[in-house]
Amino acid sequence: MFSKRKFTVIWMTILLALFAAGCKKKVPPPPPPPPPKPEVVETPKPPPPAPVVAQFTAEPTSIQRGQSSTLRWEVSGDVAGISISEGVGTVQRTGTQRVSPSDSATYTLTATGPGGATTASATVNVSAPPPPPPPPEAKVTVTLVERLTSDLQDAYYDYDKSDIRSDARDVLTRDAAALKIILNDFPTAVIVLEGHCDERGSAEYNLGLGDRRASSAKEFLQQLGVPADRLKTISYGKERPQCTEQNESCWQKNRRGHFAPGQ
Amino acid sequence: MKKLLWFAIAAFAITAQDARISIVGSGRPKMGIPDFRGSGEAQAFMGAFNQTLWDDVKGAGLFDMVAKTSYPTFVPQQPSDFQTPAAPSQTGGGGRSMSDWSGPPAQLNYLAFGFTAAQNGVLVLSGWLYDLSQNAANRQVLGKRYLGTVDEAGARKVAHEFAADIIALFGGKTTFGTHIYFASSRTGHKEILAMDPDGKNQRQITHFNSISAFPSVSPDGSKIAFTSWAKVVPGIFVFSVDPVRDLRFYNQNASVNGTPSFTPDGKQVVYMSSAGGHCCRIFIASLDGTGLRPISSSSAIDTEPKINPKTGSDIVFVSGRSGPQQIYKMNMDGADVDRLTPGNGEASNPSWHPEGQKIAFAWTQGYATGNFNIFIMDVATRAYVQLTHGEGRNENPSWAPDGVHICFMSTRGGRKQIWSMLADGTQPQQLTTQGVNESPVWGK
Repeated sequence: MFSKRKFTVIWMTILLALFAAGCKKKVPPPPPPPPPKPEVVETPKPPPPAPVVAQFTAEPTSIQRGQSSTLRWEVSGDVAGISISEGVGTVQRTGTQRVSPSDSATYTLTATGPGGATTASATVNVSAPPPPPPPPEAKVTVTLVERLTSDLQDAYYDYDKSDIRSDARDVLTRDAAALKIILNDFPTAVIVLEGHCDERGSAEYNLGLGDRRASSAKEFLQQLGVPADRLKTISYGKERPQCTEQNESCWQKNRRGHFAPGQ
Repeated sequence: MKKLLWFAIAAFAITAQDARISIVGSGRPKMGIPDFRGSGEAQAFMGAFNQTLWDDVKGAGLFDMVAKTSYPTFVPQQPSDFQTPAAPSQTGGGGRSMSDWSGPPAQLNYLAFGFTAAQNGVLVLSGWLYDLSQNAANRQVLGKRYLGTVDEAGARKVAHEFAADIIALFGGKTTFGTHIYFASSRTGHKEILAMDPDGKNQRQITHFNSISAFPSVSPDGSKIAFTSWAKVVPGIFVFSVDPVRDLRFYNQNASVNGTPSFTPDGKQVVYMSSAGGHCCRIFIASLDGTGLRPISSSSAIDTEPKINPKTGSDIVFVSGRSGPQQIYKMNMDGADVDRLTPGNGEASNPSWHPEGQKIAFAWTQGYATGNFNIFIMDVATRAYVQLTHGEGRNENPSWAPDGVHICFMSTRGGRKQIWSMLADGTQPQQLTTQGVNESPVWGK
């Protein structure tokens, strides 16, 4: 609707202009200018008028970053070339161009002709967009501890023994495969194999037993290709029990080899 | 004095003979210690004084302590309070006559009495000990003044000193002035602490916020050695205790260095180490960790080495070389290995008597796995006697320098706490209450 009305206005203007021109024809032509006086020394020809920039606008003048604005221009007069700065380049006499500058920019239109150059400028103000909404699901960073907890299982031992039972053999075989992947994903990490004991033997003896448990598990993992220099052992004896009840199921939980991040 | 001499001999029997045959009960002299009174400012500290004096004299294990409720109503505070000879009208249990104390119901052999007073900012104790079997001329076996500060610490000090003099008259040695080191997790981390033998003056030695355990004390009492995870893997630390200072023990590269104890000259430590491949062998090194060499060579777990303090030439230690952990003995060069415990149950925590003839240790013999009790063994004859009898777990016995007392860890009250007792198993006394407390060691 808006553009139709605008077109109507334009057509009216043109008709009015034609009417005016038609009327003009009825007026008798003016007398010719007097001839130049011969005695006057020849003066340089007056320069032709410079081009006229009838219009150069940006619509709208304020945008948010990422949106666009439309440049509109119209140049009249004797024109050899028209260009617009900020990378728009050479343009025709009239036209429009969508621009989306990332920062506020002032576009300069330069129209050159035999009569000289005329410039006009239009500014587009760019404001920062509102912060984007958080992405629907943030990418989770899995820590080494979480990987050790989720991917590895403890190996369990018999009372006063440090050799690898058949169930521990299966567990450690799976652990070895998982460990290789983890060590690959965390190339600088060192893993600690902790040896733990139940509460029954003396604390001093268990300091030794925990060491033997951790060592035998490490040896087993090494044989399956886990690099020895990335595995350290620490005996905690019976200093850090998982479980403090006095029954076999609790004691079994404490007789374990456990993986932890190295320091 | 003849009687006193006899008691001295009897007391010696406690230290020299197996605890099983030591004198107990009726053979011991009957001791009476009525509450002392204090004048002026001293009055406020008499509760602490009387408790300390009673506990120390009782704790010596040399006396049959007669209950205060059986004493006469009048308590003498100085010799002039006694009437000699007793006026006939005054006899009959009033307390002014010696016979009031030596006769029923108290029937004392000995009476300690006296008083304290604050004089010119000094707490003065005047203390006497009477042998009630003697006549007036000979009855005083001790009469002395003791000086302290006018506060609770001063009151305890003069009580300890008076008690020490009484105990010395009977051939005993007070534990006053000795120290017990132990591991406690009361701070949230297991640290090494120290305390007096009556449980007073508990103070933290380490502040590692890690796990620190298994302390041992040097023969002169100036240093402790212990095991700590403070540098990630268990390693040995040697500290001076007054002032507390890390003497920087160099740990050889090993996954375990631990359970250190001192040589009798205090110049070296023996310990367990996994150096060289497997855990663990017994090593010996200087106090700074240098000059180390292995002593034992088994492929099993060897731990808790303790050198005979008297001879310096043999080591008892714990090993799993024949199955469940047992106590062994070997020479300083690792030769002549001999198992001391018969092989049943599990045995651990050997601690040498100061005279080097017997050890106290923990053993599960007769009980379920893990249920340790305290035993004493004569190393030459392998004869042993059981001191605790299944009241909770009882572990880590350690002889006091007097050779009469033993401190140990017991769960008899629920949690692990430090206790002391006489070497015959009597007079158990709980020394700690705060948090979990374990692995005590008694030093000078």
